[in-house]
Amino acid sequence: MSAHQTADVGSGAVPVQRRAPRPILRMLAQRIPLGLLTIVIVTVIVFASTQLLPGNAARAVLGRDATDQQVADLEHQMGLDQAMVVQYWNWVSGLLHGDFGTSLVNGQSVSSMVGPRVVNSFTLMVLAGLIGTVIGVLLGLYAGIRQGSVLDHLLSTASLAVVSLPEFVVAILVTLTFSTSVFHWFPAVSTIPSGTRPWEDPSLLVLPTIVLVIMIVPYLFRMMRAATIEALGTEYVEMARLNGIRESRVLRAHALPNALAPVIQAIGLNLLYLAGGIVVVETVFNYPGIGQGLYNDVLNTDIPAIQFSVTFLTVFYVVVNVATDALVLVATPRKRWPR
Amino acid sequence: MSSASPNTAFQLRRFEWLHVLARAARSARGRVGLGLTLAVLAVAFAGPFLAPHDPNEVGVVPAFAKPGAGALLGGDSLGRDVLSRLLAGGWQIIALAASATALGVVIGAIAGIAAAYLSGWTDNVIMRAVDVLLAFPQIVFALLLISVLGSHLWLLVLAVGLSHAPQVARVIRSASLDVAERDYVQAAAITGVRPPKLMRQEILPNLTTPLMVETGLRTTYSVIIMAGLAFLGFGFTLPDANWGYMINENRIGAAVNPWAVFAPAIVLAVLSVGVNTFAEAVTRCALTSDPTTRAALEAGEPVTAEVANADSGLSDGDRRLT
Repeated sequence: MSAHQTADVGSGAVPVQRRAPRPILRMLAQRIPLGLLTIVIVTVIVFASTQLLPGNAARAVLGRDATDQQVADLEHQMGLDQAMVVQYWNWVSGLLHGDFGTSLVNGQSVSSMVGPRVVNSFTLMVLAGLIGTVIGVLLGLYAGIRQGSVLDHLLSTASLAVVSLPEFVVAILVTLTFSTSVFHWFPAVSTIPSGTRPWEDPSLLVLPTIVLVIMIVPYLFRMMRAATIEALGTEYVEMARLNGIRESRVLRAHALPNALAPVIQAIGLNLLYLAGGIVVVETVFNYPGIGQGLYNDVLNTDIPAIQFSVTFLTVFYVVVNVATDALVLVATPRKRWPR
Repeated sequence: MSSASPNTAFQLRRFEWLHVLARAARSARGRVGLGLTLAVLAVAFAGPFLAPHDPNEVGVVPAFAKPGAGALLGGDSLGRDVLSRLLAGGWQIIALAASATALGVVIGAIAGIAAAYLSGWTDNVIMRAVDVLLAFPQIVFALLLISVLGSHLWLLVLAVGLSHAPQVARVIRSASLDVAERDYVQAAAITGVRPPKLMRQEILPNLTTPLMVETGLRTTYSVIIMAGLAFLGFGFTLPDANWGYMINENRIGAAVNPWAVFAPAIVLAVLSVGVNTFAEAVTRCALTSDPTTRAALEAGEPVTAEVANADSGLSDGDRRLT
């Protein structure tokens, strides 16, 4: 935790008392247990809900022709004849040890099935997150400085429109434009051959990345624009300008540090959005990530795989949430030292 | 932020929300949003009666036939008339999205008001439940329910509505906290008004603004999520047409007859942009007619929603649209 010191630079309109960064620790001490509690309850819900399923998992695996004896044997082998609490405990301790159970569809271990998915989704999210953040911040900064200009109006209107579009509509319009109907530049489906990594054929990543970037840029753009406008309207910026400080330095020293907290918040919210957004976008492009995996598992009612994907996405959600709030606090000294 | 000052001249009207809606509809932004939304609603609800062919009739034209005299928008994957399917395939998504919004706002408002007014244990339990539900990305929550209970239309409404409720509950709770401490609420409590009646008669009428803002936001989300679930093919009965699944089933033929994909995509885009634009207009009008927020606006406090939301420290995963 050394980041709290660097974050103060440049926001020093008010001389800040230097104290131990207790507010952050206090906040983390409060939020982490709550986050853990949430995760525990989520696992209970995920486990309990999939137990409500009609039918019998063992019979589902063996098919209709199985004898009662075979079903009973498999139930015993899968631990389904044990008490509910024991089954839950086995599942959770398995999760903690990286053993996520066995797929009901193909008998593979879930961990070997989801490993590549996690890598694929992560690649896509990091790529889209980085590109989207850079574009969003730059456009927002520009629009904020040139408030009221034609480009500002254009970008603001476009961001308002795009942010309300369903992902798959954007995905289809992008596919029609760059793959099937106008230009024929990139493949419309991004099926990655199993055993290869997504970056081995970057052309497969282009369209899904473009779609996710389009989905996350508007929000960042609007946050960055609003923060820039707010900072440039403050008295200390006016003071700095009256003192003859160059505009580029005013931006660097005042506007940018003040935009840090909203931008972190926006990045966090975008990551949270991606946790749900990848389900549809990956499905559109047949991109074999967690999202498309979850879609297929739901179609096949592959319970252990569903349990894993849902748990994984919610844990991701909780972690990003807590981390975002902590980082926002780090980037906002005035919240740490309330007057 | 201070509560309403008693001197602020402001008319108390019985159906304030109707006036806000009317004002929003007259604003430039609102006119655009409402116009787009109504146009799509007209297509969706009048469309089934106007369809030139039976939308489910296979082989009207060859599969993925180009637009022509027999079928103005061409044929789809099974040679069905795209125009007829487009006209027939909207009302379900819209009706489901509206129901899910209503369900989510009602549950969320009840939970939020109860948490704020009853405080203590009730508050704790409700807010922990909210945290848990918030941890599920909305579409993932819906998929979990579908995988367990099968895909049914009512389940889509329940799943989407339930996933809205925690967000609404949070906003309504924080708005109610302030109201619950006002003198007339305390006075009513002392005279022995029972909590359910008190929450309904004394607290609820003061929540018009946040309720309107939330309803607008949730409607936009409902359309997006419902369309997404429809695209994935969950809940809706096939072979009946719906705009989401039309895009899914026809995208393999997009190079041959792009209209089979483009047309439903455009209607959905116009619908969601229209709803969101109108929701924005309503938000603006509601904020300027609410005595509390108007005082802040007139005092020149920052009103940019983005900054206000960032300052409030909410990480709802969903302030993206405000």
